[in-house]
Amino acid sequence: MESRELAIKFGAPAAFTVGLFVVWEAVCRLFEVPLTILPAPSDVFAALWQYRAPIVDNSFVTLWTTLAGFLIATVFGLVLGIAVGWHRALYAGIYPVLVGFNSIPKVAVVPVLILWFGFGEIPAILTAFLISFFPIVVNVATGLATTEPELEDVLRALGASKLDIMRKVGIPRSFPYFFGSLKVAITLAFVGAVVSETVGSNKGIGKLMLDAQASFQVPIVFAGLIVLAVLGILLYAITAAVEKRFTGWAFRGQAAH
Amino acid sequence: MDELIRLDRVSMAYGRAEQAVKAIEEVSISVAAGEFFAVVGPSGCGKSSLMKLISGLHPPLGGTLTVEGRPVTGPLKKVGMAFQNANLLPWRTAAQNVLLPLEIVQPHRSRLRAERAAYLDRARKLLDSVGLAGFTEKFPWQLSGGMQQRTSICRALIHEPEILMLDEPFGALDAFTREELWCTLRDVQARQKVTVMLVTHDLREAVFLADTVYVMSSRPGRIVKRCEVNLPRPRDLDVTYTQPFQDIVHELRTLIGRH
Repeated sequence: MESRELAIKFGAPAAFTVGLFVVWEAVCRLFEVPLTILPAPSDVFAALWQYRAPIVDNSFVTLWTTLAGFLIATVFGLVLGIAVGWHRALYAGIYPVLVGFNSIPKVAVVPVLILWFGFGEIPAILTAFLISFFPIVVNVATGLATTEPELEDVLRALGASKLDIMRKVGIPRSFPYFFGSLKVAITLAFVGAVVSETVGSNKGIGKLMLDAQASFQVPIVFAGLIVLAVLGILLYAITAAVEKRFTGWAFRGQAAH
Repeated sequence: MDELIRLDRVSMAYGRAEQAVKAIEEVSISVAAGEFFAVVGPSGCGKSSLMKLISGLHPPLGGTLTVEGRPVTGPLKKVGMAFQNANLLPWRTAAQNVLLPLEIVQPHRSRLRAERAAYLDRARKLLDSVGLAGFTEKFPWQLSGGMQQRTSICRALIHEPEILMLDEPFGALDAFTREELWCTLRDVQARQKVTVMLVTHDLREAVFLADTVYVMSSRPGRIVKRCEVNLPRPRDLDVTYTQPFQDIVHELRTLIGRH
């Protein structure tokens, strides 16, 4: 990559972020916004530094519940997606149920999960899972369904079984869809974990923010938001890198030369 | 010559019972081993259905269909197919794409893992023979439309099928590339002596390549004419500008209907 391209790729977002903080800081100082309404970035970063130990501690909890939920969602989503993409009848039967389930706001499910599993990490993991598996299922099923009928004919005429066609064509074909959906799923899993922590938990960034809010320590609330944003970007970047690594052939534009 | 394919008043329909749509009605043809036959007709006349029928992908509604004297009851396994779209797998190189059928049919399927290098070599040789030397390790998107189609035809030939079935294989190509591929196909067939079924609506293509041209009527498809092309082989592209060639094309054109 040329240095000019590099500058645009990394420099532009960095400059934009810094600019955003500068404007934010300026607005807070200029209009003397009270600390309890909107703390300036300097206050937020001060809080971030001061409470770094509990913040790091709780971040790890949120991170691991997110990843655990995401992992379950990946396995479950892949299996269900292949099953649904395989059988037309299964697709017809399960799909409406899935859509219905997916349209339930997951916040509403958290109390039920707490009722069953008590306060703690399990409801967070389950919420992360429940909120993030749907896009994986839909994408894998779509990927399988888009196998060209002619190619299927070519293989069936040779005596290929449905399993052969899936293994040689359908599943590899759905890989870009699958990895694409992981990018969506990881962010959703993160949202799910934090939502669950906010509703009822004893650990995690969501819980930390809830406690800070109750005691009017607004800078800590905002510090929590910044940590969430950074973690969210990190998780997204990792899945995006994995996607590129495994489905380079689908991004031929960049790799062509 | 030995008879390879025989259709005796074969009909075929899609769908069930009353809602069934008849695609083919009472088609009778006989094809010798090594024959190159073309099926032409207006769009939607059941040309592709005839292909599905002979390959065993779709059962007949009535009549008898035999290949090598045995009735066809399921996929034949000794056919190779190629379509208008090359349908190559984008995550595989040209050579790996050509290998795909060998991963399905026996006995290659069980040998492939152990003798992968030898099989890859075979795929490369086949690609060389259609003018793709130097492109065997390229991915489909690095190949032109004509090259993709050559690869697709190689994929249909790698397992040495008895019948090569081509459904408008050159339909998406420009005129010059198309004529180039006619010659490639002509040479492949001359070399391998494979029986070829070519479905097309390009009459010049059919007459240039085939020994026999069948003209089908619009749906439900019937054979309205069997036309033997007696132009001497090997045929050169120049033959397409001669009077006898033009006469055959003209005759076929009048059979397909006018506007």
